[in-house]
Parts: sequence; C-alpha cells; structure tokens
Amino acid sequence: MRRNTRIWNGLAAPGAAWLLTFFAVPFYAVACVAFGSIDPVFRDAIPQWNPLQWDFTQAQDVLASALNGPLQGVFIRTFIFVIAAMMICFLIGFPIAYFLARHAGKRRLLLLTLIIMPFWVNYLMRMLSWVNLLSPSGLFSRLMSNFGINYNWLDGSPITVVLGLVYGYVPFLILPLYATLERMDWRLVEAARDLGASSRQAFRLITVPTAKAGVAAAAILIALPMFGDYYTNDLLSRSPKTEMLGNQIDFYINNSSQPQRGAILVMMLSVLLLIALSWYLRSTARVGKEQVR
Amino acid sequence: MSTIAPRRIRVLPILAWGYIAWSLVPVLIAVAYSFNDGRSRTMWQGFSFRWWFGDPNASVFRDESMRQAIVNSLVLATATMLIVAPLGIALAVGSHRMRGKLSSGVQGLTSIPLITPEIVVGAALLLTITRLFSGIPLGFPAQLLGNITFSISAVVVIVRARLVSIGSGFEEAARDLGATRMQALRYVLMPMLWPSVMASLVVVFATVIDDFVITSFLSAGVDSETVPLRIYSSVRGGATPALNALATLLVATTFAALTIALFALSHWRKRHGEPGGIRAALADITRMGE
Repeated sequence: MRRNTRIWNGLAAPGAAWLLTFFAVPFYAVACVAFGSIDPVFRDAIPQWNPLQWDFTQAQDVLASALNGPLQGVFIRTFIFVIAAMMICFLIGFPIAYFLARHAGKRRLLLLTLIIMPFWVNYLMRMLSWVNLLSPSGLFSRLMSNFGINYNWLDGSPITVVLGLVYGYVPFLILPLYATLERMDWRLVEAARDLGASSRQAFRLITVPTAKAGVAAAAILIALPMFGDYYTNDLLSRSPKTEMLGNQIDFYINNSSQPQRGAILVMMLSVLLLIALSWYLRSTARVGKEQVR
Repeated sequence: MSTIAPRRIRVLPILAWGYIAWSLVPVLIAVAYSFNDGRSRTMWQGFSFRWWFGDPNASVFRDESMRQAIVNSLVLATATMLIVAPLGIALAVGSHRMRGKLSSGVQGLTSIPLITPEIVVGAALLLTITRLFSGIPLGFPAQLLGNITFSISAVVVIVRARLVSIGSGFEEAARDLGATRMQALRYVLMPMLWPSVMASLVVVFATVIDDFVITSFLSAGVDSETVPLRIYSSVRGGATPALNALATLLVATTFAALTIALFALSHWRKRHGEPGGIRAALADITRMGE
C-alpha cells in the first residue's frame, strides 16, 4: 500500500513542483514587489521578500486613487465595458447555444463545426479583420458612409471597444453554454409540458434553474479574461478615453519605470477575481444542494 | 410518455446562420485582402501573389523579420508541446490516483491557472524572472517557461477526463492477472490514454502558437518576436497586405494541426471500437468533455 502511493506521488511531483515554482512563487513575488520599496535614485521597484516588513503606503495610495481619484474612471469604465460586453455576449450566445443543443437536427455537426471555427481563429487575426473593416477607408466605414454615417470607429470609441470584446469573447461563451444545455435532462421539460406548463413556464421553471450553474460557469469563464484584457482596447482604440484596468497594468509593467504600481494593480485585479470566483463557487454549491433536495 | 417536440422557433436558425456569417466573413475578407495587388489592406486593386512571395523584400516568405517570426512561433509551440505533454500527463495520472489532503492541494494548484487571466500570469512571471530567477533570460527561454506554466493545466484537464471515463477496471484486471502496478500502467493504461495525449498535444500547440499575452510580456525585442506579436505591433500602422498573409498563415497552421488531430482521433476511435466519430473528436479538442 505504501509503495503504490509513492508511484502516484512520484508521477505528480515534477508537474506540481513546476507549478509551485513558476505559478505560486510568482504570485508571492507580485505581492513582494507591490509591498516593497522604491529605489530612490533609479525609481525602480525593490521587492521586499520578508512579509513582516511589507510597506503598504503605495498600495493605499493606489487604492485611494481607485476609489475616488484619477484611477476611479478606469475602474468604473472597466466594469461598465465588461458588464455591457457580457450582456451582449449572452444575448447572442444563449439563443445560439440553445438552438445548437435542441433544434439543430441533421445539420448539427456542420453547424457545430462552423460555430466552433472562430474559437480556433487567432484572436489577433480576428481583431485585424475588424481594424481593416473599420479603418476610414475600410469596407464597413465606406458602407456606413453610404448611409450618411461618418464615424471614426477606431479613434477612442467605447462602442467599438465593447463590440470588439463581444466579437472576441462570444465563441468562448457559446461552447460551455452549449455543453451545459446539451447535457441537460430535457425529459424534465417534457414532463412539465405534459403536466400542463406552457413552454414559457417550462423554460422559466425548469430550463433556467437546471442550467444555472453551467451558465454561471460560462459567464465567469469569459468575465475573468475580459477584466484583464488590454489588447482588444489597444488594437481597436488606443486612446486614453477607453482605457481599462488591463491597459494600466500593461503600461506600468511593460512601458514604464514604475512596476510597483503595476504589481499593486495586478493584486487588486486578483482580489476582484477572487471575489467573483468565491461568489460563483458559493452559488454552484447552493444549486448543487437544491438539486439533491 | 408522450413526446412533445421542442417548439420550433423560427428566429433561431436565422440567428445562428447570421452569427456564423458575422464571425467568419470579416476573417475571410482579411484573408482575401492578402491577395491584393496594391499596398492597401482596405482598397481592392486586383488579385496577385505579390504579398505571399512575389515581392522580393516585403512578401511574407521573403521578408526576413516575418520569416523569423514564423520560425519563432513554430519553435516555441513545438518545444512547449513536447515538454508540457509528459509533465501534464504524469501530473494528471498521479493526481487522479492520489488520496487525502495532498491530492486536493495538487488539484487546486492545477485548476487555478485555468481561471487566472493571462495578464496576471504574464505580469507575475515577468516580475519574478527579472527580480528573483534572474538567471533566466527574457526571450525564448522565458517565453517557453511561461507557456509551459500556462498550458500544463489544459493537459491535466483533458487527460483527467479520459481517466475518469476509462475507470480503474482494466488496470485491476491486469493486476489480478499478475501484472505489477508499473506494468499495468505501461501496458494497459497508457495505450488507452492515447486519444487524450493526442488531443492535449494539438491543443497545446494551437494555444501556444496563438498566444499573445504571456509571449509578449516575456519577450526580449525583435529576436523573440512571434507571429501574434508581429500582428499586434503592425496592425495599426501602415502595414501592407503581407500582414494579412502572415495572419492567414497562422490561422492555416492552427487549422491544419487541428484537422489532422481530428481525423486521427476519429480514426483511432473507430479502430478501437469506441463510438462517437468526428463529434467525439471535436469534443476532445474543444475541451467540451469537462
């Protein structure tokens, strides 16, 4: 008995050690940079490896700036953009996943393949396509100017950024939604209909509650990367008017000499995500209990 | 039990086909413009292979820096795939059989990367490599390391799903017939894991060749520029249709790898009497089996 646990531990050890070294340790390092000090001459961040000597003054500064200072706008904008994009993603994604799972019939394999395709088309290629279409001489802009709409889509337009996020992330929503709806026990809906429920009632009383956990998981799956997205914004707008949290992180870590601010923002993003995640875990646990009952 | 057919909603098929057009036509237009004869990526001036190989300096196969980017992408994706596959498969098998507290710790460690935004991983690794592991140079070594870290979990998820569906019966039978645990692992379990191994290889290859955030955070200038980085830095400039050609090449490479894997997987299933065909193979590589 002792020997065989050693085999399994031995098999898991290299991968687990890798993740500890290059995933867990870097998280700690971010905290050490965020709560470290700044070199007085070169202004570079000096990490503080000893948690007992962590210095939180810079972090408090950034937090104050986020709550009611210059960073406030960025945070609010990030939330609005992500929530708007999520809602549009659901408006598009849910009916399509539902159709695919329930009605697609003989053509299902073809439809499934076509709907999965954008999932595997490089994200930057998809953004490049829209940059081409939306640029002032692009097909879409020319088409729109035929209707008298002359709008510079690529110059700090929040509409473009939100729709860009939708275009980018909706494939990642459709697949998990489809998987959830396909696995659902549709006989329950039939039973409800047999017992006299209207199709709308059956949808509200059976489909929605049974699919809730999967739907929440799908929502989390696209919300988390959207909160950290900066490249969609960079490619479609590149203007401070539409700047999101991800852009700030990218700027401070990659293009400035103040990585400490970047590290603090990474910490704040992680905390936000942890809150979202624990909310999700709690709600799925609750759904699980309700279903057992 | 009477079966009530799900009520047909007429808008849904229209919506679905509309979505397919919306999601694919812009990309197809971008592909078409790689064959533009003019310098513009937006004004059509006739068909030519100028930006593919006609132009002696600026076409995708002759421009030195674009060729370098293609090579960098292929090397990074292949190297990551070859290192991460054994690491991830062993981790999946090991953590699937482990019991107790250690097991849930390892499972937590492998599932967190799946939901961590790439920017967090990229930023954290960059800060760590420049300040703690300063022996690792930015550029290819750091990019390789980052991509391995980010893709282990995908392999673990794919292989673990397969382990669950296999169950432990076959291995126990082999043990009853006198095989040692290692022999059962090697001669019974490993061959059955093959489809998930194939699926993980192609998923890792496709993810890494498409990766932008981590590869970009850990790059060291032009020498370690991959195709996605090149696209990112040139899209908003006055790049020629050669950029469209480069992006088309990237998409074509991913699709070629996926198609090969898809047919190999469905062929394997048929030969081993497992049902499902192409659809099951599709589920394997899109991680829908989770």
